[in-house]
Amino acid sequence: MRIVVCIKQVPDTSEVRINPETNTLMRDGVPSIINPYDMHALEAGIQIREKAGGTVTAITMGPPQAEAALREAISMGADKAVLISDRAFAGSDTWATAYVLAKAVSLLGADIVLCGKQAIDGDTAQVGPEMAEFLDIPHVSYIRKIDDVSADRIIVQRLMDDGSDLVESSVPVLLTVVRELNTPRMPSLKGKMAAKKAEIGRLTSSDLNADENNLGLRGSPTQVRNIFAPETKKDRKIIEGSAEEQVNCIVAELAGMKCL
Amino acid sequence: MDYFLSEEQIMIRDLARQIAEEKIVPVRAELDETGEFPWDIMKTLAQSDLFGLFIPEEYGGLGKGSLELAIAVEELSRACLGVSTSYAANALGTYPILLFGTDEQKKRFLPDIAAGKRLVAFGLTEANAGSDAGGTQTTARLEGNEYVINGTKQWITNGGVAEVYTIVAITDRSKGPRGASAFVVEKGTPGFTFGKKENKMGIRASATTELIFDNCRIPRENLIGKDGAGFLVAMKTLDNSRTGVGSQGVGVAQGAFEEAVKFARQRVQFGHPVITFQAVQHMLADMATSIEASRALVYTVSRFIDSGAKDVSKESAMAKVFATDTAMKVTTDAVQIMGGSGYMKEYPVEKMMRDAKILQIYEGTNQIQRNVIGQALIKEAARNR
Repeated sequence: MRIVVCIKQVPDTSEVRINPETNTLMRDGVPSIINPYDMHALEAGIQIREKAGGTVTAITMGPPQAEAALREAISMGADKAVLISDRAFAGSDTWATAYVLAKAVSLLGADIVLCGKQAIDGDTAQVGPEMAEFLDIPHVSYIRKIDDVSADRIIVQRLMDDGSDLVESSVPVLLTVVRELNTPRMPSLKGKMAAKKAEIGRLTSSDLNADENNLGLRGSPTQVRNIFAPETKKDRKIIEGSAEEQVNCIVAELAGMKCL
Repeated sequence: MDYFLSEEQIMIRDLARQIAEEKIVPVRAELDETGEFPWDIMKTLAQSDLFGLFIPEEYGGLGKGSLELAIAVEELSRACLGVSTSYAANALGTYPILLFGTDEQKKRFLPDIAAGKRLVAFGLTEANAGSDAGGTQTTARLEGNEYVINGTKQWITNGGVAEVYTIVAITDRSKGPRGASAFVVEKGTPGFTFGKKENKMGIRASATTELIFDNCRIPRENLIGKDGAGFLVAMKTLDNSRTGVGSQGVGVAQGAFEEAVKFARQRVQFGHPVITFQAVQHMLADMATSIEASRALVYTVSRFIDSGAKDVSKESAMAKVFATDTAMKVTTDAVQIMGGSGYMKEYPVEKMMRDAKILQIYEGTNQIQRNVIGQALIKEAARNR
């Protein structure tokens, strides 16, 4: 079973503060960690390997320092790691990121692709599902339990607001995971020593045969203009009437606010 | 202070610290309250490869030495002595096999021990044989291809939870000091049962029980070392494990010291944080100095042992006695600095003080350690004459 886990190196946002003047994140001196949701994805991948056999490859799209995150993945038990890095990727939004990661997954070959639900710095939760679309494979997101894995199908539980859905999917498949799925293991000493010596694979945009129009800032349909902590204004209006009357009222309000 | 640890030693330290902070600190108060054995933490230690630290690579371990073990034990002890004792006692129990076992015995027992699959215990102490190991009454009678063991061991750490027990029993009383032998007995052997779990002042998460042997038959192949070498096996085992106890002292002292500093910085009396008072500063200064001296001594003696030195009794006794006396004083002073709060279970230092006391008692009381040092000094003086 070829298991690929996508991880992202992020600043430890529990330590990050907002610069009160510019309203942006102060990233200097903040330690980098593996995105916490990705740790759960890694643990899931390792557990699948323990049950069904195969290899776990950790991949990340990032700058050269993201290699440290890959070594940490190996110390937890990943068999291999690949750094997908290229200047051309700078400024990528989720679309461009998913495009590149999907290209890498295609190149490496995967039966199960695991992603964390979202990254704690971007918080979009878009990359996983976008990757699945690029790869043209099914995806199931917000996995809270993996009930069964075999070479041709998996059975998982998807976390919903009011409970969970039991979902069966064919393989290959992409899964995004939530914290309830497992408790990530501590790295092992043997793992840490292996991680120190491990050879990290490298992929650049030419290795991926990537279309440069889909890369980086230029290839990103969305651009982050500003990150700020919004002021919370509390304005309440209680709408009465039948369901239809309420809906009409809401539609009118939203149109008035130019939201529709 | 930089002790010029290697990259691997730093890795071991950081991993042990991570486990201590993430897995041990959150549950230590509850473990102390319930006296429950920390199985989950043992599992984490096993999975992180820490049980195999000092076991040779050919038997599945990492082939490291006393210094690496001391580093790991210190970090775990900073969090909870009950847990670190449960971990360190495995080294104590394994040394007889490591130092005196045959290749067959090592192959039979070490891999599972290194993987943390089976815990180990060392059974020497008896009701009549504490400091006076010569008072041992447990016997092992050779009958054909088996030894038959009868007797009771007292206050054995990891009793009941361990699966591998290395014990010392009398095989020929007429031979005096050459009349005891060391054996491996496995849990589940008919005739081998456990007594009650002791209710202790401290290290309450650690399981301390009696080992009861009633015509317990073990194969002849379970004899460790030569017949009659029992006390030698015990002495050499203790020589090697003393730095581990010393590092327990360093760890708990460090933990208590840090709590005292944290408290003293925010506790305000007479309009100032109490840490600004000279009396408090002097106490903290003495605590910090003695902790550093203890650490330096434990590390240095560990390096000395790892260098392959033949006779380490005096030095290992020094490391044990100094670091453990330091631990008792530092934890007591930490409670004092924290005043009434230090006395309350709401804060961790009263537990650390209760825990630290055993360090001056087990694995050779600090009075016996001083005897050992004294004897060594006499021997040296006679040699140099």
